[in-house]
Amino acid sequence: MAWVSSARKRSPWLLHYETGGCNGCAIEFVAALTPLYDLERFGMLNTGNPKHADILVVTGCVNARSGRVLRNLYEQMSEPKVVVAVGVCACTGGIFHDGYNLAPGADKVVPVDLYLPNCAARPEAIIDALLTAADLLAETRRRDQHAHQRAPDQQG
Amino acid sequence: MSYPAGLGIILATFLLAPVVGGLLTGLERKVIARLQGRVGPPLTQPFYDLVKLWHKRPQAANRIQIVYVYAHLFFMVTSLLAFLLGQDLLLILFIFSFATVALILGGLSVDSPYSRIGSQREIIQLVTYEPILVLLVIAYYQVTGSFMVSQARSLEQPLLFTLPLVLISFLPVFIIKVRKSPFDLATQLHEPHQELVKGIITEYSGPYLALIELASWYELVFLLALVSLFWATNWVGGLLLAAIFFFAVTVIDNITPRVTYSWMVKFVWKVGLGLAVVNVAWLYLWK
Repeated sequence: MAWVSSARKRSPWLLHYETGGCNGCAIEFVAALTPLYDLERFGMLNTGNPKHADILVVTGCVNARSGRVLRNLYEQMSEPKVVVAVGVCACTGGIFHDGYNLAPGADKVVPVDLYLPNCAARPEAIIDALLTAADLLAETRRRDQHAHQRAPDQQG
Repeated sequence: MSYPAGLGIILATFLLAPVVGGLLTGLERKVIARLQGRVGPPLTQPFYDLVKLWHKRPQAANRIQIVYVYAHLFFMVTSLLAFLLGQDLLLILFIFSFATVALILGGLSVDSPYSRIGSQREIIQLVTYEPILVLLVIAYYQVTGSFMVSQARSLEQPLLFTLPLVLISFLPVFIIKVRKSPFDLATQLHEPHQELVKGIITEYSGPYLALIELASWYELVFLLALVSLFWATNWVGGLLLAAIFFFAVTVIDNITPRVTYSWMVKFVWKVGLGLAVVNVAWLYLWK
């Protein structure tokens, strides 16, 4: 249905999780929400609640403890959902990729749909990534079927 | 009331009220954005949100929660319907309270601490504003000699001239009910003030959140209709009064911080309830 995907595209609600790190990308993400960049003009709201959110924004390098939280947040979000890794740490681990306690990238913990490898990501780049993520949300049919096939093993 | 007119009102409640409520919510978000010097979402944003939420995969913490969400919406629609049909005001406000009680029970049925604390705050809010609503009904009866809403249309002069203080005391009730700052303790629907995650609605997701959103539109229309009751002799006056109230609440939302619940109870009972009691006492003693 075209109007459902149109609504999905125009109303993506965000959940931001900073996994631990220098906080640079997290601050740039929050800057994108401020009146200067005004993400709400695209219908985006920072919900702070996984049960209401459509897009999970991950910033920072994932370690063993924050990875568990990240996985938990991802599983609480209902389909359709998109994960965006913002910043090179969330994409590949960046300069910390061989750290003894770190996962090299958020995609080792949750399935990441979009990578934004900057250090630190500019608000303009984050807005661009989130709009692309909104387009992914709008591709409903294929993703929905995928979600239903995947449903049973997601309960845990 | 004639049969076709009644049918028209029923249809308007089911079809027109959500459209009006949604557009008003969109307008309010636009006004807030303009006050903050930004562009803001389009006017039709609440409808996009509703459609999107309705088509997300349903996910509930337990089954009883779903029942309470539907009960919340049902009582909210019923209170608006009964009001527009000109029924008993006392009964309408009881039904209206039942809608809130359904939401509280839904919030308490989950083991999440955010949802529970949000529900407890909602109970405190209910206790805070309910006496004012009861005094409003008493004052209404004192002036019109009837509990029927339809009676207000046949008055010689608008209720505002005999109940000015009751209308002022209704302002905090309105702010509490539409979950606006400074009394947005239990939850906020669209604003990302993050405390208690989302309060009472934390555990609702997807279609169930969409139903709560829809109920909030009915609630907004109901409260504005209740305000317009104060100038029911002339529909232009009623509409103007409702518009003034709507923009006053939006501005107050933007210029005040959230207060603690104890401050809210003290303020609303001292000032709001005080004004209402003075108005009712004045009606009894000097009229």
